[in-house]
Amino acid sequence: MTAETLNQTRHVERERQGRLADRILCCTVAGCLSAGAESVRSALQDEVSAQGRAADVEVCGTGCMGLCCRGPLVRSAAADVIYADAKPEDARALVRGDRSQFDGRVLGPDHPFYAGQRRLILANSGRADPERMADYIALGGYQSLLQAVAEMTPHEIIAEVKKSGLRGRGGAGYPAGLKWELVARHPAPMKYVVCNADEGDPGAFMNRSVLEGDPHRVLEGMAIAGHAVGAQRGYIYARGESPLAIARLKTALDQARREGLLGGRVFESNFQFQIDLRIGAGAYVCGEETALLASIEGKRAQPVPRPPYPPEHGLWGQPTLINNVETFANIPEIIEKGGDWFRSIGSKTSPGTKVFALAGRVVRTGLVEVPIGTSLRTILFDLGGGVPSGYEFKAAQTGGPAGGCIPAQYLDLPMDYDSLTAIGTMMGSGGLIVMDTSSCMVDVARFFMEFCMDESCGKCIPCRAGTVQMHDILARMTRGEGSEGDFAMLEELSGLLKETSLCGLGLAAPNPVLSTLRHFRSEYEAHVRERRCPTGRCRI
Amino acid sequence: MENEEREKLLERAMARHHHSGGALIEVLHTAQELYGYLSRPMLMTIARNLKLPPSKVLGVATFYHLFRFTPSKAHCAVACMGTACYVAGGAELMTTLREHCAPEEWTIETGRCMGSCGLAPIVICDGVALSRMSPVRLEACLKETNDGGNSESDTSR
Repeated sequence: MTAETLNQTRHVERERQGRLADRILCCTVAGCLSAGAESVRSALQDEVSAQGRAADVEVCGTGCMGLCCRGPLVRSAAADVIYADAKPEDARALVRGDRSQFDGRVLGPDHPFYAGQRRLILANSGRADPERMADYIALGGYQSLLQAVAEMTPHEIIAEVKKSGLRGRGGAGYPAGLKWELVARHPAPMKYVVCNADEGDPGAFMNRSVLEGDPHRVLEGMAIAGHAVGAQRGYIYARGESPLAIARLKTALDQARREGLLGGRVFESNFQFQIDLRIGAGAYVCGEETALLASIEGKRAQPVPRPPYPPEHGLWGQPTLINNVETFANIPEIIEKGGDWFRSIGSKTSPGTKVFALAGRVVRTGLVEVPIGTSLRTILFDLGGGVPSGYEFKAAQTGGPAGGCIPAQYLDLPMDYDSLTAIGTMMGSGGLIVMDTSSCMVDVARFFMEFCMDESCGKCIPCRAGTVQMHDILARMTRGEGSEGDFAMLEELSGLLKETSLCGLGLAAPNPVLSTLRHFRSEYEAHVRERRCPTGRCRI
Repeated sequence: MENEEREKLLERAMARHHHSGGALIEVLHTAQELYGYLSRPMLMTIARNLKLPPSKVLGVATFYHLFRFTPSKAHCAVACMGTACYVAGGAELMTTLREHCAPEEWTIETGRCMGSCGLAPIVICDGVALSRMSPVRLEACLKETNDGGNSESDTSR
């Protein structure tokens, strides 16, 4: 593909869509599919043929529209509204554009769930068919790659990313531009770009939704990174448990290769960049970068001590840039609109937006994208609609098994990397699980410790044995068999794990325990001293 | 699929990666897709073909959760144990599964987030997602499957 054909494709596809009377987009991402989206889509297709509208009404699949709890969601492009709780029986009215029977099920852009959002990464989700590259191109896709390859030097690209202040969206928040620069400066002839798509936090589905809804955006981001750091090869390490994301990625990769957007001569320049897909086989520790690299090399996913860090010594010993899905997904727009524009969104120390997977005890669950620094209260109460009636908000868990909880007194805290770290939790990859007065915090801590115990790779003893010991104590407490000495033991073990574990998994495993002990100590005390669970959740 | 055909497909997968040891996980995925599980003789064959010690192949295969070493049973149920499903009562659903599924007929597993947290808690029963489950409703669904009912019907709606 050349600059000319790219623009032509864009133009032709826009014209084509402009001629349609309506384009009906059905969410075909995990959540809505579980709710029966496929039957809605086929009913719509049958109805279009039955009404003889095949020429001017198009039915297609699309990415996540966010409000998963009201799925299946269907969008009418002509009316710019989303219909919730769609059923196959609704097909006739949907094709006709008749809204009379959708009382309370029509969601406009002013709906509280959408009004507070700023969708950059999810901009195309719900508006484009992830299986058609022309859709992505029509919305401006691959323009940034063209610009990067044709008009910018690697140095300029990195300068722009640095200027944007983009921080890695995988959890730790390391400045992306600095990481890129480290890899770019390395003189080695062979370098790699790796996309960490092994989103393993239980209760997090942001990256998976991006891959299912807009896979080309990630490929474009990776290719730009490849050009910037001087890499010729990229790998996407996808989670084996997300078959749909893998299928969509495969489709997107085939399309991009066929059109010459990846491969030997990207946009007919001298820049060559291949991307291969690697499929994980279920190991949470792969979120740790050195473990992930070992897994790509076909080994057990066990981490190695750092330094040396992957930018110096990564995949097969070569300099390697690792970023996660959301980080790469930000790149095309940073190149298109500039680092200064990106900096104007979000908070001063953490520019941009963040996608959160809002789940648990909250009225409206789903995927939200907000400027970083938005308060938890806004996300939970304005967007999420608060906790179900009859209950009260108790805490929100961020960062998965490596993070901690945010109790009610911090509801107005801005959600950015530094504020969250300051109260003992972390941004993590974006899972946001709400707990109300029916959730027992000791049981939640035990749940996360059980997860870490299962997922410990077994290489270093503090993590391998420490997580088992900590889980035993927490399990004893939830059975009402805890003793006074358990508190000191939990704290001592936590300190041991944090100081001596080899990688992030062991280092962070005590976080949920420490955080719940800090904010909800009285619940622990009730379990141990009074042998009762204040929520009645634990069977004592 | 005939055994010969499966062997051919597996060989093709290994050839695509030039029989390199680095492709071990990819090859294991392909083998499991073709045969449903990884038998010991299968692991030996892979070790020979990729020129890896059998200990390494077994070590890698047993490290990851998704590889299985016994044939799958007539039915399969996966209770999601993602955080959202857990706080919504996933553990109770697991108990229900254990109580009502005969081990000779059912493979029972826990899953780690199916990406459908908005519909928690979720159980995947023979490939069909049962959303917003309660132990009572799950029991009814299982009874239907056990009685030879049509497990394809979507009971989530």
